[in-house]
Amino acid sequence: MSENASNQLYGLVCSFSKTADVLHAAEKVRDAGFKRWDVYTPFPIHGMDAAMGLTRSRVPVLTLLGGVTGFCTGMLFTWYMNAYDYPLIVGGKPLWSPIFPFPVMYECTILFAAFGTFFGQFLLNRLPRHHHPVFNYEKFVQASDDTFMIVIDATDPQFELEKTRGFLSEIGGAEVAEIQN
Amino acid sequence: MSHAPEITSSARPAILDRIAPAELPRRPLVENNRGFHWITEKICRIVEDPTPTWWKVLFLVALFLASFTLVGLVYVVSTGTATWGLRSPVNWGWAIVNFVFWVGIGHAGTLISAILCLLRQKWRTSINRAAEAMTIFAVCCAGLFPVFHTGRVWMAAWYLLPIPNSYDIWPQFRSPLEWDVFAVSTYFTVSLLFWYMGMVPDLGVLRDRAKQLWRKYFYGVLAMGWRNSNRHWSNYEMAYLLLAGLSTPLVLSVHTIVSFDFAVSNLPGWHTTIFPPYFVAGAIFSGFAMVLTLMLPLRAVFGLHDLITQYHIDCMTKIILATGTMVGYAYAMEFFIAAYSGNPFESFAFINRAFGQYGWAYFIMIACNVISPQLFWFRKIRENHALVWIICFFVNVGMWFERFVITVSSLANDFLPSSWGYYSPTIVDIFTFFGTFGFFSVLFLLFIRFLPLLPIAEVKAVTPQADPHHGDTH
Repeated sequence: MSENASNQLYGLVCSFSKTADVLHAAEKVRDAGFKRWDVYTPFPIHGMDAAMGLTRSRVPVLTLLGGVTGFCTGMLFTWYMNAYDYPLIVGGKPLWSPIFPFPVMYECTILFAAFGTFFGQFLLNRLPRHHHPVFNYEKFVQASDDTFMIVIDATDPQFELEKTRGFLSEIGGAEVAEIQN
Repeated sequence: MSHAPEITSSARPAILDRIAPAELPRRPLVENNRGFHWITEKICRIVEDPTPTWWKVLFLVALFLASFTLVGLVYVVSTGTATWGLRSPVNWGWAIVNFVFWVGIGHAGTLISAILCLLRQKWRTSINRAAEAMTIFAVCCAGLFPVFHTGRVWMAAWYLLPIPNSYDIWPQFRSPLEWDVFAVSTYFTVSLLFWYMGMVPDLGVLRDRAKQLWRKYFYGVLAMGWRNSNRHWSNYEMAYLLLAGLSTPLVLSVHTIVSFDFAVSNLPGWHTTIFPPYFVAGAIFSGFAMVLTLMLPLRAVFGLHDLITQYHIDCMTKIILATGTMVGYAYAMEFFIAAYSGNPFESFAFINRAFGQYGWAYFIMIACNVISPQLFWFRKIRENHALVWIICFFVNVGMWFERFVITVSSLANDFLPSSWGYYSPTIVDIFTFFGTFGFFSVLFLLFIRFLPLLPIAEVKAVTPQADPHHGDTH
């Protein structure tokens, strides 16, 4: 990786028109040991995570955090409001129990877990993002229509412009092109 | 070296090669072998083509109709809730009926997007976006009624949020009405998040195709910089699955809690344990009827026959048939339990429902909800879309009457005959309710015009060519 490449060049892109081709090509990129690369597909392809060697998504951790927070919040504020700050005596029953406000906790659990999931997904994906170098590739819009693309970052330790270009054609990629930063 | 052969061989037991089972063809979800580009074009063109004249006309009509609700609500706020025909003993009239009706309609959207997703019913993909939009708009319409029913709508913050009143007393959480506030607001919020998250990749498609500047900005901002990266899809799919998992207990809880508004009280005809499942089945029933009421005309107008196929319509009508039968069973079971309980008030409440002063409403309900969906047993009827539309219309009428029968008949004739009464809606009730159809239509028409009506990415993902093993010989 030369110095000027890291400044000017974002990476190399190649296109595929069939799901099977891009899946097998992704397996080859993974097996060749590239680390900083990505596949762009108009819809999620079944098996692509394994083909890219991605680990399981970490979104569930944030969902769980949200859910636990929601449940505790629901418990806490029903207790605070009806038993602590202004004790309400209703029919001589205990001031607070986990049973009567259960629907409130239940809904709070779901609400906060959904927040954790929704915002967690955007957080882990580093979105929203104003711009990304891949949009500099004039044909990139096809990746949301019917074309599958593999992009290898110039910052990948194995990246060597000519060699990687050859590698992308070898794995079946068409229209190998450079993407500028 | 490639891992592909390992993946496929591990997924396929060796015995299959020896016994060579017959391949049963599945009905395709996208007909006529349409490609990815065709799907993009078809769905995006709905938004990108010049505004059709029918849309403009309908939009004006819908706005006009929506103004009825506005005028009705202004009148109620300025004069008082008695203008809704509410007087003792019936203090829950059309407002609560309409609330339950609209919330019920909303249930199909979440059912399609959440429960059918978990059950891997792939046919949901073509209809889930519109159904989710319908859910959100229906909940908007529903929310109007209880908020204005309280009379002093400017105090809404005090009963919608846990805020102490001027004596420092907080809301008390033993009340099902307070549970309902949490259930409906959570339902609205989570449905909105789910709908929006599902739409992000499709908004990216619209952004990539945008020619005009305002479209680039509008869809660009809404798409949040989505770039179809598989590293993103991986988190996105997990989040989608989790939201589906969260929405499933949510959708079941919402109408359960709505039914608690009735079931937790001690009124004969309301105080029954069958209410939660019966309300949920009814909600799904009416919701699917509304989905078909909306989607059949859209399918015809936009020529979506390859995307919303006869198979989709069959599946939906069968769900209507199943839930309609469950609702019919619940009606019968209510009668049985009332008789079996030996409680004279309970028995009276049900005999009075069917043969009392609101008997006419009861039999409209039975005819529309129990009898009319039974026609969906017949394939000929399921394939006659005009008839399907009419039956779905009847189902919606019937479900409105179900809520009317439950709410009004129990209140009008309770324990003391000396306090019985007969409730009739006023012109304000009628205008306000029909106006909400205008309000709903305004929102839905805007949705059709500016947002992707069908989920582009999800529809592509269920085509045969999206499967990486499509065309494999083994």
